[in-house]
Amino acid sequence: MSIANIKETTASEEIYTRLTKKKVFFILGLFVALVVVSITATTMGAASLGGRESLQAIVAKILPGLQTTNFADTIVWQLRLPRILMAVLTGLSLGVAGTAMQGVLRNPLVSPYTLGLSAGAACGAGIAIALGISVLGAGRYFIVGNAFIFSLLTMFLVFAISRIRGTAIETLILAGVALSYLFSATISILKYVSDAEVLREIVFWLMGGLYTARWETVILLLPVITIITVLTMRYSWDLNVMSSGEEVAASLGVRVGRVRIIVLTLSALLTACVIAFTGIIGFIGLVSPHTCRAILGNDHRFLIPASGLMGALILLISDTACRTLIQPTEIPVGIMTSFIGVPFFLYLLIRKRRRWWQ
Amino acid sequence: MAVKLVVDNVSFSYGGIQALDGINIGVSRGEIVSLVGPNGAGKSTLLKCIDRILKPQRGVVYLDGKDTAKLNSRDISKSIGYIPQSTGGVFPFTIFDVVLMGRRPHLAWRVSPRDIMIVAQTLRFLGIEEFGTRYFDELSGGEKQKVLMARALAQEPEILLLDEPTSNLDIRHQLEVMEIIRELVQERQISVVMAMHDLNLASRFSERIVILKDREVFSVGTPERVLNLENIRAAYGVEVRVISDHDGKPYLVPISPVNNQR
Repeated sequence: MSIANIKETTASEEIYTRLTKKKVFFILGLFVALVVVSITATTMGAASLGGRESLQAIVAKILPGLQTTNFADTIVWQLRLPRILMAVLTGLSLGVAGTAMQGVLRNPLVSPYTLGLSAGAACGAGIAIALGISVLGAGRYFIVGNAFIFSLLTMFLVFAISRIRGTAIETLILAGVALSYLFSATISILKYVSDAEVLREIVFWLMGGLYTARWETVILLLPVITIITVLTMRYSWDLNVMSSGEEVAASLGVRVGRVRIIVLTLSALLTACVIAFTGIIGFIGLVSPHTCRAILGNDHRFLIPASGLMGALILLISDTACRTLIQPTEIPVGIMTSFIGVPFFLYLLIRKRRRWWQ
Repeated sequence: MAVKLVVDNVSFSYGGIQALDGINIGVSRGEIVSLVGPNGAGKSTLLKCIDRILKPQRGVVYLDGKDTAKLNSRDISKSIGYIPQSTGGVFPFTIFDVVLMGRRPHLAWRVSPRDIMIVAQTLRFLGIEEFGTRYFDELSGGEKQKVLMARALAQEPEILLLDEPTSNLDIRHQLEVMEIIRELVQERQISVVMAMHDLNLASRFSERIVILKDREVFSVGTPERVLNLENIRAAYGVEVRVISDHDGKPYLVPISPVNNQR
C-alpha cells in the first residue's frame, strides 16, 4: 500500500463530508429564507398597514411594553399570521408527502395525489357541501371532516385492491388512478345536479385556497404534521435502499412491503390533513421534490426536509402574491403556484445537465 | 473446514410454478461454490432463497447452524451480502452513496466516521475510488458490477451471493471481478455462492460446482469431477470437448446442441 493510496482515501472521505455539509447548509438556508419570507409576508396585505406597524404588532405580543393599535393587532394576528402559518404547513406537508411517495413508489411522476387522495377528498367535500348547504347549513367542519375521511378511505381502498396482488407498485398506482376517475365522475354528477350556489362552493373548494386559515386549524395541524414528518424521515435509509430495487432492499434488511404501507399511510395522512382544510392545491407536491432532487441529489435524509421547506417557501410566496397582487381581490392560489412554480421547474429541467428521470 | 451455510431440502414455487425442488447444498467457510445449469434451472431463485429475499415454502437454510427463518432481516443482512445482476434505480445516487447503502444494516440514522471510512476503503480496494462522486447510471457495465460488489462488501458480510457477476462484462473485467472474489475469499475467509453461465470461469475459480437441472441438484463436486462430457450433455443438451488446461482444471469447448433434445 503506497502513501498515495492513503491520501486518496482521505480525499474521498473529505469530499463526502464536504458534500454532506453543503447539503446541511442548503437546508439551513431554506429554513432562514422561510423565516424571512414569513416575516416579510406579515407586513404585506390589502389592509393599509405599514411594515413598521405590522412588525410592532408582532413584537408587542412578546414585549408587552410596546405600543400597538387594535387594528394592527387584529390584522396581523387574526388574519395574516394564521394564513402564513397555514401556507407553511400546507406547503411542507405536500413537499414531504410528494418526496416520500415518489421514493416509495419509485416513480418520478407520482405526487401526493397519486393514490386518488385528492379526488377522494374532493368527492367527500363535494358531498358535504351539497348535503351541508341544503340540509345542515354550511358546516365548515362537516366539509373538512368529510374530505379527510374520503381521502383516507380512498387510500385504504387502494391498499385493499393492491393487497390481492401483493402490493406491487404498478397495482397501487393504477388502482389509485382508477379510483380517481370514479370519484371525479361522482363530483361531475354533484356539479351537474346542484344549484348555482352549491356549484359555486364546490368549484371554489376544488380550486383550493388558504383564505379560510384560522388559528385553531394551525394549532390542530402543527403537532400532527410535525410528528408525521419526523416519522417519515425515520424511513430515509429504507427509501434510499428501496430506490435500488426491492430485492436489494430486502437483502439489506428492509422489510419492503411493510415500509411501503407505512410510508404511504404517513404521506396520505399528511396530504389528507391539509387538503381537507385548503382544498386541492396542485403542483407543490411534484415541483418541490424535483427541485430539491436537482439541487441536492436523492438521499432522502436531506431530500425530505429540503423538499418540505421548499414546498412551504413556494406556497407561501405564491399565496402572498395571490392576496397582494390585485388588491383587494384574490387570485386562487392554485393558479399562482403554477405560474410561479412552472417556470422555475422548467428552468431546472433545462439547465440540469443530468437527466435523472430517464 | 467449518460449515458456514447449509441449504436443507429447500423448495420454492412462484405461484403454482415450481422453481426449486428439494435442494441440498453445504458451503464451507472460505469456499467458492458455483451454481451452473441451463436458463430456468433455478440458480437465481436459490440465491434469493438463501438470502430470504424469497421465503422457501419447504426446507430450511441454516446460517452458522441457525435457521434463517428465525433470524430477523437485519441480522441476516449483516451476514449475507447479495449482488444482483446490474440494476440501477429510477433516482440515481452517487457511487459513494450507493456503497454507503451497504452500511444500512449497521446504521440507525446517523452515518459515523467509521461508516464513511469503510466505504472509502472498499472503494479503494476495488479500485473505483475516483468514481465516488459520479452517478451509478453513468458507469460502464464492468464499473457498475464493481460498485455493486463494493456495496455488498460494505455490509461486512461473511457470505457473498452473486448472480451472474460476469455476464455483460468484457473479458478483462470478467477476470478482474473473479480475481477480486478470489482475493476476498483468501483474505477475509468469506464464503461465496455464485450463479454462473461461463463454465470455464466457474471451473477455474471455484472449489466446487453445483449443476442444477429441472429445479433439482443434478451433480455436485469439484470442477474436475463434475464438468465432464456426460454431465454437460445431460444438463445442457450440448456436446462439448473437454480440455485439461495448465492448472489441471477442465475447460469446455462447446461443439453443438444435442439433436434429440429438440
